[in-house]
Amino acid sequence: MKYTEDHEWLRAEGGIVTVGITAHASEQLGDVVFVELPEAGRKVSKGDEVVVIESVKAASDILAPLDGEIVEVNGELADSPGLVNEDPTGRAWMFRMKVADLAALDGYMDEAAYNALIG
Amino acid sequence: MTDLQRTPLYDLHLRLGARMVPFAGYDMPVQYPMGVMKEHLHTRAAAGLFDVSHMGQVLVVPKSGRLADAALALERLVPVDVLGLAEGRQRYGFFTNEAGGILDDLMIANRGDHLFVVVNAGCKDADLAHLKAGLPDCDVGMVTDRALIALQGPGAEAALARLVPDVTEMAFMDVGIRAWQGVELWISRSGYTGEDGFEISVPDGFAVALAERLLAMQGVAPIGLGARDSLRLEAGLCLYGHDIDTGTSPVEAGLTWAIQKVRRTGGDRAGGFPGADRVLRQLSEGPPRRRMGLRPEGRAPMREGTEIFAGETGGNAIGTVTSGGFGPSIEAPMAMAYLPPDLPPGATVWGEVRGRRLPATVAAMPFQPTRFKR
Repeated sequence: MKYTEDHEWLRAEGGIVTVGITAHASEQLGDVVFVELPEAGRKVSKGDEVVVIESVKAASDILAPLDGEIVEVNGELADSPGLVNEDPTGRAWMFRMKVADLAALDGYMDEAAYNALIG
Repeated sequence: MTDLQRTPLYDLHLRLGARMVPFAGYDMPVQYPMGVMKEHLHTRAAAGLFDVSHMGQVLVVPKSGRLADAALALERLVPVDVLGLAEGRQRYGFFTNEAGGILDDLMIANRGDHLFVVVNAGCKDADLAHLKAGLPDCDVGMVTDRALIALQGPGAEAALARLVPDVTEMAFMDVGIRAWQGVELWISRSGYTGEDGFEISVPDGFAVALAERLLAMQGVAPIGLGARDSLRLEAGLCLYGHDIDTGTSPVEAGLTWAIQKVRRTGGDRAGGFPGADRVLRQLSEGPPRRRMGLRPEGRAPMREGTEIFAGETGGNAIGTVTSGGFGPSIEAPMAMAYLPPDLPPGATVWGEVRGRRLPATVAAMPFQPTRFKR
């Protein structure tokens, strides 16, 4: 698992990267009430806003961590946004993307580095 | 960064695991480990304890000794029937400015030989100066040695009655002074959640003991500012600085119920408050816009600042959301906005969220039925 400074986790399986937010991020957001997901098939560039998470407090953007194409989104979050708080690194994955350059993942933090970041 | 003030319950908040945020110059709990959503639902199901010590508690004492003198003097600043407020009763009101806008909203209580006024934290210094300038024949003073605790929810009465048995006899908007542990509790049956409940002013040195006694009772949990906001929004209650301010008149804000007949055109003490011309004219002719409830379709909240349009495309904005969020009890998003006054309930309007127009229905408030003990 890799981590971004924006508190996303990335898990690569084959050429597909699954993206969600970390437990730390979900705690900071507070209770999530709505998740706006992108459409499968959308081509994205690193840094594009692809997901909006609305918590009881505020809206937060999730950015595409890599260049690629969204191939699947987690429809379960539409009816059960609270999963982001209950199981952020499991059932509350947000989208899967096909990335051209998997080596770009190496630029992100490993778990130890991420834990150091959030202290 | 300026130093934040702390309420007498500050250390208790930390012990309870609160997340603290700056609010109106105070370091205040926005939520406890339970989280905003559960805190909100807990308050509606049982009882929530809120630290509202940041609010301003003001005593207005007539130098003449006659309460009517203080009441009539205060009526020069608020469009409320203060003279007709019975002893032991409290009434909602607002300070108006010369343009008929709202300087702050407040609670006014008749305590026999003086008035007790509770104002918003963010306005309290200005309110105190405003009262002192406007009421030269009264001694006006901020109470600086008392905390203020709100206990709200269907379980509030039973909890407080274990300490002060006769609070069960108080009705909504009654006020009274009761002894507890040898000190005075200044109690009102009111609040800011739409639930039955109490606001309790307690000497600083006894605030932690009172809060801990209440929190030790079954069903009483500490509740932060986050849930306080979603609770009041579901109840359709205004937040000063957001839903009402110096640019909104009480008529536009839908607060005309707080302007009693005696202060309206034709009443014995009609007008006589700042901005009365505009306010009374709007009362008879109708306001140019009105605060309304909105129920966005779907689950995406329309937050403060969201522009509202009549159609799905084109046109200019017809209004703006002043408070918006997700209502845990109604399990849906909700908002308040100032909109053209002729929009009927049930009308569809469109809110622009992240560049897309999403439909919302004009809805009656409160969004969640209130449960006051009348």
